[in-house]
Amino acid sequence: MSTVSEPDRVEKAEVSQAESTTDAVQHQAQAKLGELAAKHTPVPEDQREPVLRLDGVTVSYSGAPAVCDVTMDVFKYQVTAFIGPSGCGKTTLLRSLNRMNDLITGATVDGSITYHGHNLYGSSVDAVEVRRRIGMVFQRPNPFPKSIYDNVAFGLRLHGMKDGLDERIESALHKAALWDEVKDRLKKSALALSGGQQQRLCIARALAIEPEVVLMDEPASALDPIATQRIEDLVNDLKRDYTIVIVTHNMQQAARVADMTAFFSVDVKDGGHRNGVLVEYAPTADLFIRPADPRTEAYVTGRFG
Amino acid sequence: MSAQTNPLVGHGGRARRRKLTGQVMEALATAAAVLAAVVLAIVLVTLTKRALPAINVDLFTQNAAPFGQTGGGIKNAIVGTVIITGIATAIALPAGVLLAIFNTEFAPRRLADLIGLTLNVLSGVPTIVIGVFIFGLVVVGRGQSAYAGALGLSIVMLPLVARATEEVLRLVPSHLREGGMALGATRARTVITVILPTAIGGIVTATIVAVARAAGETAPLLFTTSIFVGTTVNTDPSQAMASIPMVIFTSSEQPDPHAQQQAWAAALVLVVIVLAGSIAGRLLSLRTRRQIEQVR
Repeated sequence: MSTVSEPDRVEKAEVSQAESTTDAVQHQAQAKLGELAAKHTPVPEDQREPVLRLDGVTVSYSGAPAVCDVTMDVFKYQVTAFIGPSGCGKTTLLRSLNRMNDLITGATVDGSITYHGHNLYGSSVDAVEVRRRIGMVFQRPNPFPKSIYDNVAFGLRLHGMKDGLDERIESALHKAALWDEVKDRLKKSALALSGGQQQRLCIARALAIEPEVVLMDEPASALDPIATQRIEDLVNDLKRDYTIVIVTHNMQQAARVADMTAFFSVDVKDGGHRNGVLVEYAPTADLFIRPADPRTEAYVTGRFG
Repeated sequence: MSAQTNPLVGHGGRARRRKLTGQVMEALATAAAVLAAVVLAIVLVTLTKRALPAINVDLFTQNAAPFGQTGGGIKNAIVGTVIITGIATAIALPAGVLLAIFNTEFAPRRLADLIGLTLNVLSGVPTIVIGVFIFGLVVVGRGQSAYAGALGLSIVMLPLVARATEEVLRLVPSHLREGGMALGATRARTVITVILPTAIGGIVTATIVAVARAAGETAPLLFTTSIFVGTTVNTDPSQAMASIPMVIFTSSEQPDPHAQQQAWAAALVLVVIVLAGSIAGRLLSLRTRRQIEQVR
């Protein structure tokens, strides 16, 4: 029947393949994730300070919900990872946190998202101000076809942060761990940089305008393993000064960088409509070692997706 | 091994027919391609042969001969063509680029499609109709002027500039737009500071091609800036102005063999201008495409 979609069959194939592996292997993988995650010491529950609060958030495209009824807090100076299978709405949700979904016609956000108690979607809220405070780094590096210097200066000029432009640019490139590689060729085209350098330039560009939160949408998925590691190291450094939300396909990556992890899954409704739901949100080590929900356990042990 | 026993060699009537059909089709397609090139070659060779005797320094440095006299050059016509197409470009370029920006960046899909269709229809309107339209709108009651001619040419140029600019704006990948907006730039600001600089090569190309096309248009000028053009260089666009296409048109109808030869020479000058524009545009457009490939 034509209603059996490609992902369905793939999932089933993966599930049956996973079942053939022994429980021991699965638990080894889970233990490894837990071990990686245990290296972080997330802020204890009573000291967490929420920056973004999501309450019953549903993001829809042309009336069809893509991710439903998400309630969670994003905490200050923590790295929060969104993980889950393809199509679970993690990127969609991330884009609603700095109103990038405004650019897509037909996209609507229901429920409430507040930033330090201020409604992100309030009628008098300026999306430009939202994006200055909540920056974003995309899946594929997207430097402008300008010089390295002008790429970082772009946001600064935009927001009138022109005093000490050179110092601000140097500082942003330092923070993104790119300064030493580009200091002698600031006026050269950004397109001549490698993919990993381009992505760090995009991070520098986002940091230059001094945001409080940085959203990262699978920032390393287009990069090789070495460049990926540099980005992960960078994320670990940046959380001293920034609150970071990172979407990732890769569970090891979540275990390596995230203090808190939110696991999303796909809910298939009666009519066949699929939408993402938040299954579990916990400190990363807890989520990997003691998942509370069987769906999370299936995912982290590799029995699903 | 003989052909009879080799299983890989076709034989018999069917195989021969198949082979023949293939060869005939290939020959026909090749002939059609060659024909197009040959037509251009014939035009260029004839033009060059007829025009060469009249190509000399005087042609470019002398004004048209006064009525009843022979000799002279087409200096005033060249200046006129430059001024008229210049004014036409000044009208069509900003209008065309803004239109393209509106269509690709701001217009809802349906409106954009409608405007695209309108532009296609506009570019298909016979230029003589544009000439008559401008005649009725501007010339009647006011008299001919270079402004009127330029207005007519700008209508010819507008869809060319707008469509080509639209095409290159659509080539600019959307992740650059997102990058701009994620830094807090408004849509308009992103267009001005990111999208346009990325697409500038394509816009220049579109303009050059449109200018080359407009420089050769005759019909819009026929009704608007063709009579009492004078025989000296005129730089006042509120008066009728001589132009290369009009020189070709009027001189070729005269009984004076010198005037006829001058028409050929003017034709060659025009073709060279148009060809140079097209080739420059082509080269520039290849460069722009490569540049945009880099950011994709």
